[in-house]
Amino acid sequence: MPDDRAVSGLTAPSTSDATRIVIPSDPMAVRQGLKALFQSLLLRQLDEADRGKAEIVLAEALNNIVEHAYADGAGEIELTICVNRQGLDCRIIDHGAPMPHQELPSGTLAAPEDLPEGGFGWHLIRTLSEDLRYARIAGQNQLTFRLNTEQSAA
Amino acid sequence: MNLQAEHVSDVLVVHVMEDRIDAAGAIQFKEKMRELVTGATPVVILDLSQVAFLDSSGLGAVVSVLKLMGPDRKLQLSGLTPTVEKVFRLTRMDTIFTIHRTLPERVRHAG
Repeated sequence: MPDDRAVSGLTAPSTSDATRIVIPSDPMAVRQGLKALFQSLLLRQLDEADRGKAEIVLAEALNNIVEHAYADGAGEIELTICVNRQGLDCRIIDHGAPMPHQELPSGTLAAPEDLPEGGFGWHLIRTLSEDLRYARIAGQNQLTFRLNTEQSAA
Repeated sequence: MNLQAEHVSDVLVVHVMEDRIDAAGAIQFKEKMRELVTGATPVVILDLSQVAFLDSSGLGAVVSVLKLMGPDRKLQLSGLTPTVEKVFRLTRMDTIFTIHRTLPERVRHAG
C-alpha cells in the first residue's frame, strides 16, 4: 500500500504510516528507488544524519540482494518502511537464493591495512540498525530491522 | 560518471562531479580513475565534496584505486560530506587515507 500522506505535526498517528516500493533487482533500480523513497513525504522530514544512516543501510541491504540472492537471475525486491516514534521499521522481501546456511553474515571487518575492497556491507548494516532479523519463509528471504532516529520522524 | 581532472603544480586533483558513488556507478568510477591516474603525478587528491552518498561498492572502488597506484604514490581524499565520512569512519578506512577537510590552498584552482 503506497502511502505518501503528510504526517500531522500536532496529532501523532495511532498507527504508523507506511510506504512500500517494489523494484527489479538491478543496481540502477536500487539507486532510483532510494531516490524516490527519500523524496517521499514520509521520509523527506528526516534530518541529514538520520537520512544518511537510513540510506546507507537500505542501499547495502538492497544491493546485497541484487548481487547475491538474485546473482543467477532477475527478480523483484519489496521494501516496506513504517515510520513511528522510535524511527523506521523496515522489511525487505525477495524471492532469490537463501542466505548461506540461512543465517546473516557476521559482518566482520578485515583489517584496514590489508586494503579490503569489500566486506563492508554487513558491518555497516549491523552497526547502524537495531533488531536485525533474517528468516527464510516459503521461498522468500525476509530481512527486518529498525533504524532509530534522533528525532521523531513524525 | 563525470570526473574532472586538473594538474596543479605537482598534484593531480580529480573532482568527482556526481552526487553519489554507489553500486550502479562504482565500476565506471574505477575504470575512469584507472585512466586518470595512469602515469600521473605521485600525489592524487580525490575531491569528494560534491558526493553526498557513497556505499560499500563505492568505498571498494576508492580502495582499488589506491591499490592500483602502488606503494610509491599517494591517493588523498578531500571534502568528505557527512554520510560519506560516516562510511569511511565506520569501516575504519579513514585510517588508511590522508583526508583533507577542504582542498589544500596550494592546489585550489585559480579560476
